[in-house]
Amino acid sequence: MGSSLNAPSRFRNGARTLTDRLVTGIAVFSTILVLLPLVAILGYLIYKGASSLNLAFFTKVPVPVGQSGGGMANSIVGSGIILLVASVIGIPLGIAAGVYLAEYGPGSWLGHVIRFTADVLNGVPSIVMGIVAYSLIVSKQHHFSALAGGIALAIMMVPTVTRTTEEMLATVPTALREAALGLGIPQWRTIVSVSLRAASPGIITGCMLAFARVAGETAPLLFTAFGNQFWSLNLNQPMAALPLQLYTYAVSPYDEWHRLAWAGALVLILLIMISVTLVRLFAARNSLAGGR
Amino acid sequence: MPLAALAQNEARTAEAAEAPVVPDTTGVRAFLMSRGSGSVADSVFGVLMLVGALSLFVIVALIVWMLVHNSQLSIHAFGMRFFRSTNWDPVNGDFGALPFIYGTIVSSLLALVIAVPLSLAVAIFVLEICPIPLRGAISFLTELLAAIPSIVYGLWAVFVLVPLVRDKFGPILEKLLGWTGLFVEPNFGVGVFTAALILAVMIFPVISSISRDVMRAVPNHQREAALALGSTRWEMIRMGVLRNARIGIIGAIILGLGRALGETMAVTMVIGNHPDISKNLFNPAYTLSSVIANEFSEATGDLYLSALIEIGLALFLVTIVVNAVARLLVWVVTRGNTAKAV
Amino acid sequence: MGVNIQVEHVNAWYGTTHTLKDVSLKIPANKATALIGPSGCGKSTFVRCLNRMHETTPGARVEGTIQMGDVDIYKAASPVEIRRRVGMVFQRPNPFPTMSIYDNVASGLRLNGFRKRSVLDEVVERSLKQAALWNEVKDDLRKKSGSSLSGGQQQRLCIARALAVDPEVLLMDEPASALDPVSTSKIEDLIFDLKRDYTIVIVTHNMQQAARVAEQTGFFLSGVMVEFDATEKIFTNPSDKRTEDYITGRFG
Repeated sequence: MGSSLNAPSRFRNGARTLTDRLVTGIAVFSTILVLLPLVAILGYLIYKGASSLNLAFFTKVPVPVGQSGGGMANSIVGSGIILLVASVIGIPLGIAAGVYLAEYGPGSWLGHVIRFTADVLNGVPSIVMGIVAYSLIVSKQHHFSALAGGIALAIMMVPTVTRTTEEMLATVPTALREAALGLGIPQWRTIVSVSLRAASPGIITGCMLAFARVAGETAPLLFTAFGNQFWSLNLNQPMAALPLQLYTYAVSPYDEWHRLAWAGALVLILLIMISVTLVRLFAARNSLAGGR
Repeated sequence: MPLAALAQNEARTAEAAEAPVVPDTTGVRAFLMSRGSGSVADSVFGVLMLVGALSLFVIVALIVWMLVHNSQLSIHAFGMRFFRSTNWDPVNGDFGALPFIYGTIVSSLLALVIAVPLSLAVAIFVLEICPIPLRGAISFLTELLAAIPSIVYGLWAVFVLVPLVRDKFGPILEKLLGWTGLFVEPNFGVGVFTAALILAVMIFPVISSISRDVMRAVPNHQREAALALGSTRWEMIRMGVLRNARIGIIGAIILGLGRALGETMAVTMVIGNHPDISKNLFNPAYTLSSVIANEFSEATGDLYLSALIEIGLALFLVTIVVNAVARLLVWVVTRGNTAKAV
Repeated sequence: MGVNIQVEHVNAWYGTTHTLKDVSLKIPANKATALIGPSGCGKSTFVRCLNRMHETTPGARVEGTIQMGDVDIYKAASPVEIRRRVGMVFQRPNPFPTMSIYDNVASGLRLNGFRKRSVLDEVVERSLKQAALWNEVKDDLRKKSGSSLSGGQQQRLCIARALAVDPEVLLMDEPASALDPVSTSKIEDLIFDLKRDYTIVIVTHNMQQAARVAEQTGFFLSGVMVEFDATEKIFTNPSDKRTEDYITGRFG
């Protein structure tokens, strides 16, 4: 082209290169700036939390203000129970909806509407789910209950599980379904034993992500499970949950409680990560050699 | 041409015909014949899956019904005045939601102002600039950032960010921008600005990962076309990538806005929870979700509860609209090819 | 043990595309019947009509009658029942990746509710022997997944899987098109062994293959069955000009 031979253009090229460098620099700088809080949060969490962790934290229930010691045993168990309720309700519904979208209604009018509903539902604030579960159960029974908390979280799990199930089933080749149908296997059995089984690693991961997302949710539990300073295993009564207890401690004015809040936060994150890793390992172990 | 093959065929067919036939003794065929068509099981299963799919509609219907039904008291008592009145007075039973609307909008928009440039810069960095080995690590860290629960962000904000804003950022901002009236002492560290900061950290993964998906969906020939014209890398990104992905990026930003509008715990912990409308970003404020979080379980009286549920309804409607618009925009660009639903 | 198939006036559509036009023929029992023709001529659609697989594609439609033995497959039975009597081997090997070799072969029985262990063992062994795969896999039956085998082995595994349900008809849709020559010849050997027990319909784009294995050959062109006759007749003295053009390589 020869345009680089004359001076003004060379100057312009210099400016362009400079802009290019500048933008690259900004991008690098931004990445560092954004990842900084992450490192800060995790670092601070481990530093503050680990120093407050001890055996009592896992075995004792909270003690009144002024006394030292105590733990969050009831909150850890309570969270486990509430999350179990949520998973038992939310995961089957989500998987069924995902199966419908992928195997019965791809491309159909109803399928598109359901998919869109799932995506939009995904963005509904968690506190709204709390209000719904409150109106549905708590206000009828006139007392807080762990079940209401579990239902609020279940509602939040459904859209996530639905979409991952659908996406994972969509990656199962048609050839596999045809192989099964060609053997005279009924469609329902084909879906359960061939499609879902082939897609199971991805679906399990999706369920774990949904689980991890609701495991730390506090807002929907504030006026459903409500929290409890004592042991309670009754689904129909207020129940302690780790995020709730954490909140109570974090906004309190006592140093001892703040210490426990940090320990609680560390435990919460560790529990989420451990359960996710365990399920993934389990899923990986169940697949055959050379299976993928 | 196929004559040799034909001859071979004939010889082998004759040979094969001489082999003895082995009778089947397993009864497999008889068993399968007795199995029936399984059409009942198929129908039952299909209906069950449909029920699962329809449960999504039921959930939405339930949300709408509960919110509308239980806020009737407040809707009838205040009408549209509810959204214009600044008075929030539980003692005298007079409720107006304007301060919460104001707090929600200001904190969310400010969070966008902070998060959008950074998110896009990171998305561009990861996709177009950074070396491939680093790409996985940054994506992983971004996902990790998204997996941290709101309450943990809140905890960190209370004990680290609040003092930082009070003692370090605050004085600098006041010196530089105090003349605008946006950053005026007294600054206690809790207020709109801190809330917006923590919101920005929280919505960054959403905006960054979706705009990355959207940019990845831009066909490579667009990049090559720009490069073939002698563009620098930045010009290629600007003309080849950003221009083509802009609708989807706007979708990603709106999705981030939806997340920020509904975010509850972290904001509740640092915004100060005071129903004030003030230009000063150091001032404490209140948001729609945090007033519900704080006052719902202690609300005495049906009207008070009803007013809080009406706030929930408003929050629900706003986030539904915002999310629907965002999803449509993202969908238009990627044609439904986005790898994950965030 | 195979069964005759009588096809009368079969038409098939994908959406608005008319892919099979008024096809009628009689497929004899216990023989191999080859279907040849250029790609897109409707031969695959035709075999997919024989086990009612065509209708699983959204928007697909079939008209006409197909009589298998004394059963009208589109009127007197459900697709599931038909497919148990008609085994199918597909163009690309499609073993179930999450199942072991044993489970792959047993899948047609197990997933239909068959539970007897001793019979399953017997059927798996017999089917793998019929498919000439037994000696290569007998030591890893439960250890290895079906997809860990080579392409040719996978296709024979799929044949064993289809045989395990003891069908009367075996449909093969270009079973060797994705395989190397050695595997292809193994599959062809197999067809000779199988045809005294089953009615075999094989779709192929390879005319040599049709000449090597089939007693009867049908030639399809643009959805129409141009000619159906003894293989020898088709390849040495076709009655239709279009068949002659095709087998002498003048087009297609």
